[in-house]
Amino acid sequence: MFKDLITPQTANTFIGKLGDILVKAIDQPLGYAINWGRLWSLWPVHIETACCSVEFGAASSPRYDVERFGIIEAFGSLRQCDLVVVQGTITRKMAPRLRLVYDQMPEPKYVIAMGACAITGGLYFDSYNVLPGIDGILPVDVYVPGCPPRPETLIQGCILLQEKIKNMKAR
Amino acid sequence: MTAKLPPGLQLEKEDDKIMTLNVGPQHPGSGHMRLIIKVDGDFIVSCDPDPGYVHRGEEKMAEYRNYITNIPHLERPVIHDSCNILYPYVLGVEELLGLEVPERAKYIRVIAAELNRIVYTLYWLGIYGIFLGHSTMFMWPMGDRELAIDLLEKLTGARVTHSYFVPGGIRNDAPANFEDVCIRQVNYLEKRLRTYGDIFYDNPILIARTENTGILTREDAIRLGTTGTVLRASGVDFDIRTKEPYDVYDELDVHTNVLKNGDSYDRSKTPWLDMLESCNIIRQALEKMPKSGSVRVKLKPNPKGGDDEVYKRVESGRGSLGTYIVSRSKPEPYRLKMSVGSFRNLICLPYLLKGEKLGNMPAVYWSLNYWPVEADR
Amino acid sequence: MSDTDSRKQEETETKLVVEKQDDLPKFEKEQSNKITEKFGSKTEIAFVKPDRVRVNVKKEDILEVASFIRDELHYDHAESVTGIDFPTDKEIEVVYHLGSYTDPKLGRQVLSLATRAPREDVPNPGNDSTRLPSLRDIFYSVEFHERECFEMLGVFFEGHPDNRRLLLPEDWADLPPLRKDFKIKGR
Repeated sequence: MFKDLITPQTANTFIGKLGDILVKAIDQPLGYAINWGRLWSLWPVHIETACCSVEFGAASSPRYDVERFGIIEAFGSLRQCDLVVVQGTITRKMAPRLRLVYDQMPEPKYVIAMGACAITGGLYFDSYNVLPGIDGILPVDVYVPGCPPRPETLIQGCILLQEKIKNMKAR
Repeated sequence: MTAKLPPGLQLEKEDDKIMTLNVGPQHPGSGHMRLIIKVDGDFIVSCDPDPGYVHRGEEKMAEYRNYITNIPHLERPVIHDSCNILYPYVLGVEELLGLEVPERAKYIRVIAAELNRIVYTLYWLGIYGIFLGHSTMFMWPMGDRELAIDLLEKLTGARVTHSYFVPGGIRNDAPANFEDVCIRQVNYLEKRLRTYGDIFYDNPILIARTENTGILTREDAIRLGTTGTVLRASGVDFDIRTKEPYDVYDELDVHTNVLKNGDSYDRSKTPWLDMLESCNIIRQALEKMPKSGSVRVKLKPNPKGGDDEVYKRVESGRGSLGTYIVSRSKPEPYRLKMSVGSFRNLICLPYLLKGEKLGNMPAVYWSLNYWPVEADR
Repeated sequence: MSDTDSRKQEETETKLVVEKQDDLPKFEKEQSNKITEKFGSKTEIAFVKPDRVRVNVKKEDILEVASFIRDELHYDHAESVTGIDFPTDKEIEVVYHLGSYTDPKLGRQVLSLATRAPREDVPNPGNDSTRLPSLRDIFYSVEFHERECFEMLGVFFEGHPDNRRLLLPEDWADLPPLRKDFKIKGR
């Protein structure tokens, strides 16, 4: 009977079905494991764009110590990074460089827009050289408001991002 | 020479030994600017700084805002030194409008400015330490810096962007127990700062990396018009706080730290000595400060300056900060120019890096006490 | 009308300081007298305030006056170079703020040396008549300041070796941004 089932005509369908069953059984726990691995080892890329980098530096200081939450200090090559924290104003001169950095990073990658300038242009809404928010050039995951945001706010933004990764479909 | 090199690593011409390197804006050793460096083997042949990645047009924006609404955006170039960057602007507007500042406000201004100098310099020191591979020197200053930030938060209400100085005084009076807390914290900070000498400045590794690299002689420091710690490390005794005292600096005893050699080691040591001097100044100011009194004079709404111009300068953590305001009887300045220390020190970077080893680039670059956001405005 | 007003203000300001310290404006007066003695009608002393002297010169004479200021008055570096646009006068003013490190007497002093270049309604930076002689050979420290002034106001400095773009993006094709006819958005 089994032999009748698997004829050369139906073999492909059968294997496809088997694959579906396997994916259903493994994908969810495996995806959870992958996401779990990702969310506790976020590597921010070392690109400072404006003055919010001061508070980003303070967030890695002993008092706030963002490393407790699995965000590692911004060091290392950008080929190993999976997080861009856009630290403030993006000028017209910096925008192509920021996009270049983002494009060079491996998938998956996440973006945090830190500070009012990165969200809407902030205080510099009418300046001739500042982009009104980075939504136009990067897909933003989490917005952290403030001018500049306090380190606690940045940490909360990072935790929100981890929450988001946890509920994401692992790619 | 048939192999094609990726962009950014081109040789000048074939069979040439000179290679062009782009350092920054994404580079662990550069900050928000780019250096175009040409190297011959390990030695730098020429260096061409390319700033402007944070050029936000502050000077143009200032022409559209009145004298009061200009305050918040003018302090953004150096948010961790926001009292000092605002100081010359506020002094200039006061001269334009003919305001007399109350005595107590002057003292509180000096205390806030000196605390801010400590906050700025500790941040710089942390960055300098980590770029030389000295991780302790990142953690210690960044941790101790929070103490001074706490004091400023108590005084002004904000962590880094204070907007505390306004034309005619300060925004609000110091809280009741500020003096006691301040003197305690400053004494503790000074004790901590002295230990940096043992762990960092007497460290043979730091000395090996920075001594005799990037030497700026006295003549060149004057010719290039450098300012602040760079100038004083080269043996020129020039500090606006003593040469042209503003507010109450003439009533305080300010000692200028001058070092002789002009190498990266001296340039990195001068800010540390300045911080110790700042602790001294804060203690003196707390002692002489009037215990009560008004801190702000009333301003008319939309104040106008006459047909006049004023150039005021103060000494910040990075050097002399000048603000030039041209007024044409309008509530907005006709032209506002910020002459900032970082921009003035930028000119000696190509000069210092020539002939230096590529590995010494971070040691020389960060010893200039350079904050790119300020230089670009 | 406004001139007299500002002069009155200056007088009151100087008086205020005179009460505090008697000998202050004397020194500045000496400085400005030295310049007028040497150059006569070529220069115009715009004001003498405590610690601040401003000298206006024509652009043909600026090199001569600047060398005199460096060699005889011992000012040795430039603190800033400011370009100011005056569309009604059809001129662009460039102000050099000069200071001194070597002469301890000049520690408080800032001398402003101002000159004016013709302004064109349709600017073509580098190729039009908005030109000034560069002071780089006299005060080396103006190098980056003059580059900034060139891109921000379109004043070309003749004799400057490096009139390249500094702060603005590489593809900037608009008017020089600090000219008054360049409007920022929403204003």
